[in-house]
Amino acid sequence: MKSIEVTLSETSLAIKGLKADAGIFDLIAIGCSAGGVESLRTLLPIVKEQFPASVVVIQHRSADSPQILQNYFSLICNTQVQEPDDKQPIQKGVIYFAPTNYHLLIDDHRNFNLSIDPLVNYSRPSIDVFFESAAQVFGPRMLGIILSGANQDGALGLKAVADHGGSVLVQDPQTAEYKEMPKAAVAHVTEQSIVTVEQIRNYFSELGSAVCKK
Amino acid sequence: MSNADENFEIQLLLEAIYQKYSYDFRGYSMPSVKRRVNSALSQFGLKTITSLQERVLHDASFFTELIQYLTIPTSEMFRDPSFFKKFREEVVPILETYPSLKIWIAGCSTGEEIYSYAIILQEADLLKRTTIYATDINPKSLKKAEQGFFPIDKIKEYTVNYRKSGGQRELSDYMITDSNSALFDRRLKENVVFADHSLATDSVFSEMQMVSCRNVLIYFDRELQNRALCLFKDSLVRRGFLGLGSKESLRFSDSDLYFDTFSPEEKIYRKK
Repeated sequence: MKSIEVTLSETSLAIKGLKADAGIFDLIAIGCSAGGVESLRTLLPIVKEQFPASVVVIQHRSADSPQILQNYFSLICNTQVQEPDDKQPIQKGVIYFAPTNYHLLIDDHRNFNLSIDPLVNYSRPSIDVFFESAAQVFGPRMLGIILSGANQDGALGLKAVADHGGSVLVQDPQTAEYKEMPKAAVAHVTEQSIVTVEQIRNYFSELGSAVCKK
Repeated sequence: MSNADENFEIQLLLEAIYQKYSYDFRGYSMPSVKRRVNSALSQFGLKTITSLQERVLHDASFFTELIQYLTIPTSEMFRDPSFFKKFREEVVPILETYPSLKIWIAGCSTGEEIYSYAIILQEADLLKRTTIYATDINPKSLKKAEQGFFPIDKIKEYTVNYRKSGGQRELSDYMITDSNSALFDRRLKENVVFADHSLATDSVFSEMQMVSCRNVLIYFDRELQNRALCLFKDSLVRRGFLGLGSKESLRFSDSDLYFDTFSPEEKIYRKK
């Protein structure tokens, strides 16, 4: 059996074609629904104040549980965790959760925009809505990630990210608690973008330490 | 098409609509306008925004259809119950001290919020000395608001919201239902004035004790937000209340100076 300990150079090989240079992404967007919170618990504590990108999480949840995720992740994370207000400027090193019962979008000034337009893919917030909007603004400086979930929201959004020159990752459906969301997303990505949550975590910590070396 | 090209075409469309029909969407926030225009494109089977503009300019009836896409009516009764609870428990006792009341609901959409306020004011025995001004730019929405019919499948959710907002009775006490819809008691709208009003082009109301404008400003860019907030400031009496949506904040506007925060969680402000 292979040793679990991997060096930094090995982890960079773990996600082929994805460089871990500190300045490579301004935005990392994560979309998930059922089964996603467990993965977020693995990933989000890696993000520190000096992290070189903003992290936005679009997690489906019921409309009557405002701020629960924000409160929980504030406790276990190592940087600020916020639910953005309308027109709030996006900042690096901060983790944002899309507020429940609103769609989240980004404008050309890189401010958050909110809307209460009808549900998309039975969801508000919808991953497609955020990813499509952010892809236009961030282009190649965005990494879009789809994790576990029980509907197909996010697949078209991920395609938009790739179409605008951004990078994409999808949790290997075999490893996801709910497979439908990553399965739908996989249709729009190449094989090397299909990864495990551990690989994403390693990639995040590589990005984080790339800043320290700078 | 590039992002910049698309933005440019949308700006031309909005300018054309303004010049021809005097509806001003030019200060609307681009990301949402873009989604709405694109959804109109696919609905009407059109390929380019320019072709949409062509139809709008040559066919006035098409414009009345398009406006339904540009101002998608979305509303719920007692949306964010904690806001209405705060209104009921902390704002109403102050409003009670006025001999008569004027409340402006700006961007009332299809009216769900009007009936939410009217019910709370009725329960505080204030409705009979209140005039509610309910305004919107979408004529179809205003008409629906005035009719007071709501789809029956929403009523269960509204009932839950009503209870969470501190409602002690049954929401069904205020309506007559059949298998499709619920019709609200006409007494709730006896003192409601419905009016066509644009926050982008029209002017102030006077001597309001409260302005409620929830989840409308999110569709405006900062400049138009500032215009609207200025209208609200000028429409309010001294110490009058302003209620915004739960994710709308004065933090990113110029109007911070004119208002005190009454409830930071529920985004309720008072004019200085």
